[in-house]
Amino acid sequence: MKKILVALALGSVFLCSTALYADDVAPVSVPDLTAPVAAVDDVVADTPVTTTVVTTTTTTTTTTTPAELAPAATTAPAEPALDSGNTAWMLASTALVLLMTIPGLALFYGGMVRKKNVLATMMQTFTITALMTVLWTVVGYSLAFTKGTPFIGGLDRMFLNGIGVNTLSGTIPESVFAIFQMTFAIITPALICGAFAERMKFSSMLVFMTLWSLLVYAPITHWVWASDGWLFNYHPAILDYAGGTVVHINAGVAGLVCAFMLGKRVGYGREAMPPHNLVLTLIGASMLWVGWFGFNAGSALAADGRAGMAMATTQIAAATAALSWMFAEWFKKGSPSVLGITSGAVSGLVAITPAAGFVDPKGALIIGLVAGVLCYWGATGLKRFLGADDSLDAFGVHGIGGAVGAILTGLLVSPAIAGVEPGMSQVITQLTGVGATVAYGAVMTFIILVVIDLVMDLRVPEDDERLGLDLSLHRERVE
Amino acid sequence: MKLVTAIVKPFKVDDVRHALAAMGVHGITATEVKGFGRQKGHTELYRGSEYVVDFLPKVKLEIATDDDAVEAIINAISTSAHTGKIGDGKIFVTSLDMAIRIRTGETGSSAI
Repeated sequence: MKKILVALALGSVFLCSTALYADDVAPVSVPDLTAPVAAVDDVVADTPVTTTVVTTTTTTTTTTTPAELAPAATTAPAEPALDSGNTAWMLASTALVLLMTIPGLALFYGGMVRKKNVLATMMQTFTITALMTVLWTVVGYSLAFTKGTPFIGGLDRMFLNGIGVNTLSGTIPESVFAIFQMTFAIITPALICGAFAERMKFSSMLVFMTLWSLLVYAPITHWVWASDGWLFNYHPAILDYAGGTVVHINAGVAGLVCAFMLGKRVGYGREAMPPHNLVLTLIGASMLWVGWFGFNAGSALAADGRAGMAMATTQIAAATAALSWMFAEWFKKGSPSVLGITSGAVSGLVAITPAAGFVDPKGALIIGLVAGVLCYWGATGLKRFLGADDSLDAFGVHGIGGAVGAILTGLLVSPAIAGVEPGMSQVITQLTGVGATVAYGAVMTFIILVVIDLVMDLRVPEDDERLGLDLSLHRERVE
Repeated sequence: MKLVTAIVKPFKVDDVRHALAAMGVHGITATEVKGFGRQKGHTELYRGSEYVVDFLPKVKLEIATDDDAVEAIINAISTSAHTGKIGDGKIFVTSLDMAIRIRTGETGSSAI
């Protein structure tokens, strides 16, 4: 409890102090950086005005974003037509990102839990995929990406209203954009499951995810990626290419709060709880790695050089971080491990997520190197310090990795690629984004959990936990 | 009748089996077990969690036999399962009151 309050206090301090700083710093004088070129009613128009060679996977594509200021920016004021190359890539990216969750994440997590809980763990991921799809369709997409306030969108796109066969979002169909973003809305809550693995009630998890998706994921997405979002319009604008804050810090912090609120697993610290099958974990990690090309390079929303560079940085950071964690563990503990190298790869992928389309290969090497080591610390030393049973290190890998990546983006952004200068004022914006996500995410997650716990208990009874969730929640087992 | 129980290292099971077959024993029950005596275990590491694993995999063999064959069986097992290193295992001999062949209903020596 004390530690949650400390974490919240720190997050709020970040937020407040960076806001204060922001006032003192003169706005960066690069033109158009933050002001939307034509903030047309974003999503509601059938054919938005500007192209979407976007950095931060903007939303409704009607606005210029920092990325577009790159020398080769193609901001045509004329109405863009459908680009089949871009569309083909985005269709493929959507499939890649979905594969990251089912079965990538399902396997990654599934292999790490005890055998008596493997089905329940995979059930969480699979069910969330279905649940988030429906929620996103009904109201999530609208809340995240339509014009509303700086904090939340409106209801214009409820049930994906107004999206017809020919409706475009930049040069791709808006249907594709909406489903692409849906895959992000799917994987983010699924990541949180790692924190409360092996002890959360399935029904409570469903209620929690529903509320969290609408009250936390949609708003934060709106802040960062909607053209009227407050972080999107910050000075300088936040740089979050594919979701370092929106996805990873968000999920990581929510995970940590869940871990504190649910409490430790029965026997934690005394009984052995080794992963039951790291073969599954490795296969899952591999799918995450490959799928991440869709996650990062797909966030270019185009099949172009930016996407290519994002793919390159993604690969480089993943590999570097994999080695970095592996060597760190080898040095500290005496032997390299499968769980270590796969975790390292994932942490590199997490850290490059906000940076993928903004840094160059050298930046990716640095991000990978740092993320591997810091996330290793996040899953070991820091985890012991915090004292929560974050079973599968949602915070250690995703929270820390996302924060590391977000901050390093501010230091390593390449002006040639992104048209943005690295430096303190960018870092301050990055910190503001991190702080706001941490503070808001932690508080809202806490409130949601408290409410659910009052009504329906978050945890399964101890006997059920002992028996295993596969049998107690689902009446199924793996031989 | 006696029940000879031998706990041996898993990779020695084939050698024991052949040694017993060579002396005419054709019925053995094998179970995978875990155990330790003086042999040290190992540690496993998973991210930040380190586990000390004392119990080592072994195989338990059970052979039902007539009293007069016991000593030969013990020698066969001891020789074939021996490596000289700690953890080779143990042999226990207990009295067997009854034995019945399920298919035919035979009892006693003709059942083992």
